[in-house]
Amino acid sequence: MREVLLRATAISKTFGGLIAVDNVSLELRRGEIHALIGTNGAGKSTLINVLTGELRGANGRVELDGQDISAWPQHRRARAGLGRSYQRTNIFPGFTVFENCRLAAQAGHQRPWSLAQAAGRCAVSGGAAQRALRLAGLEGHEHRLAGIMAHGQQRQLEIAMCLATAPRVLLLDEPLAGMGAEETVRMLELLQGLQADHAILLVEHDMDAVFRVSSQVTVMVDGKVLASAAPEAIRANPAVQQAYLGGAQ
Amino acid sequence: MRFRFARLPMAFALFALVALAALPWLATPYMVDLTTKIMIMAIFALSLELLVGGTGLVSFGHAAYFGVAAYAAALLAPKYDAASLPLLFAIAVLAAGAYALVVGALVLRTRGIYFIMVTLAFAQMAYYIFHDTKVGGGSDGVYLNIKPELTILGWKPFNLDNGLHFYFFTLVLLAAVFVFLTLLLRSRFGCALAGIRVNETRMRAAGFPTYSYKLAAFVLAGMLAGVAGFLFAAKDGFVNPELLSWHQSGAVLLMVILGGAGRLHGAVVGAFALTLLQEAFASEAIFGSFAKHWQLLLGATIILAVALLPEGLTGVADEIRAWRLRRRDAGQSAGATDA
Repeated sequence: MREVLLRATAISKTFGGLIAVDNVSLELRRGEIHALIGTNGAGKSTLINVLTGELRGANGRVELDGQDISAWPQHRRARAGLGRSYQRTNIFPGFTVFENCRLAAQAGHQRPWSLAQAAGRCAVSGGAAQRALRLAGLEGHEHRLAGIMAHGQQRQLEIAMCLATAPRVLLLDEPLAGMGAEETVRMLELLQGLQADHAILLVEHDMDAVFRVSSQVTVMVDGKVLASAAPEAIRANPAVQQAYLGGAQ
Repeated sequence: MRFRFARLPMAFALFALVALAALPWLATPYMVDLTTKIMIMAIFALSLELLVGGTGLVSFGHAAYFGVAAYAAALLAPKYDAASLPLLFAIAVLAAGAYALVVGALVLRTRGIYFIMVTLAFAQMAYYIFHDTKVGGGSDGVYLNIKPELTILGWKPFNLDNGLHFYFFTLVLLAAVFVFLTLLLRSRFGCALAGIRVNETRMRAAGFPTYSYKLAAFVLAGMLAGVAGFLFAAKDGFVNPELLSWHQSGAVLLMVILGGAGRLHGAVVGAFALTLLQEAFASEAIFGSFAKHWQLLLGATIILAVALLPEGLTGVADEIRAWRLRRRDAGQSAGATDA
């Protein structure tokens, strides 16, 4: 059995009377891409927001490396190695591509008191940003303004910013949304490359992609886990077919 | 570095420094006194620019820290003896910082319009404490009779009773605050504040404790406002509750906006522009008997300026550049250029 990096146990989150996430448990292991699929409103993004600490007041327990981080604020979880990307592109539009990544990388090397050194000269964050941009395939675009890039490139930047913080657990919320065919192939290759020393949760609607790269698939419906198994078993599961794959397969 | 802050026109700053240093030899004592007052307001505006332009926090109660420092200086100075300048300065600045810490810890839990309202509420609270209680002499205010002195082993390098000495003391502090903020905004701390201004959610997701960053900026801005408040008290030797009033908070916010938020030198330009406009409109030599309605003219001018120059006075250069680029692009796409 591979090493579990992130373990979520019995996570529930309600908004008023609405139960967005209902008693969900999952484990993310190093070396695995764990896909999370489900219809819109199934609670996938809410689950990510609970895991990262962006949403507070959820029930259940989140463990990173066996340590209970349920009470930790978001920034502390992020620095401990929990990285995320957003479903809707969430960047710094007025900054350059490089500065977007450098700023994200700076989180690991904050030193706010060192006023004499210009941030742009910070070799640690600059180097991390450059590596993340290369991985995400944005080399050569460093000096462009992030806000005027094409949508697909902004999605790549979204991933690059997540990688720049050097996380061990990646929670990726529909990273392929809005990407072209070529970019999709490239992104999947990147994820497979990262798989070796990261635990990856991949929320995705592109079923071909999901079944191609994932080693575990969890299906959510109405906030609950309907099934969680290897891709072949999920494809063959009649309940999943009826609820989500449309019964056509 | 590709930030607006870092592209700060050093030439402008150096020119302004030389001009201000030469001014006492070219101007009347009245002008020197007025410029001293403006430079104090420029330090005050710079402190607010750290919040408004640097962090995206629009505080409408920034006069409180200015006033608290001014009162601290006036109330804690010995009555019949000259206070130690470094000691009184430190006490005034720390008092402003302490109040900013208490207020900031609470108000930074709100955002947007609520933040504006709550900062105003805390400033009004401080205003009424000085206005309606005997702590600081009520609405009459208090006097700082003897100017603080700096003595190094019995030697006094300057005398703040001398208007010229006070002018240069203020100029040195203005330059120091400007350089400090320039470095700060370029540093990792400043870049993190810029990130918070643009996208706080992302900053938190990356691992920045954004609340602590904002609180640090808020306290720092309060302390720098305290530098200005201390200078104000030391200059005229008199403080009253109006220093903490919302008019004062509004005036300094106006300076930042008029000069152009997002640019440090904008705060300095704004302080000069607003004060000089006020002086000009209130001058009977220029406007005759209409000068008593100076507020009407000032108000109209500000409305015009904000409508015509959304980026402020220092944004004009950027806007002209952007306009030229657009015109060139339009010309090229229409095939109207010769090339």
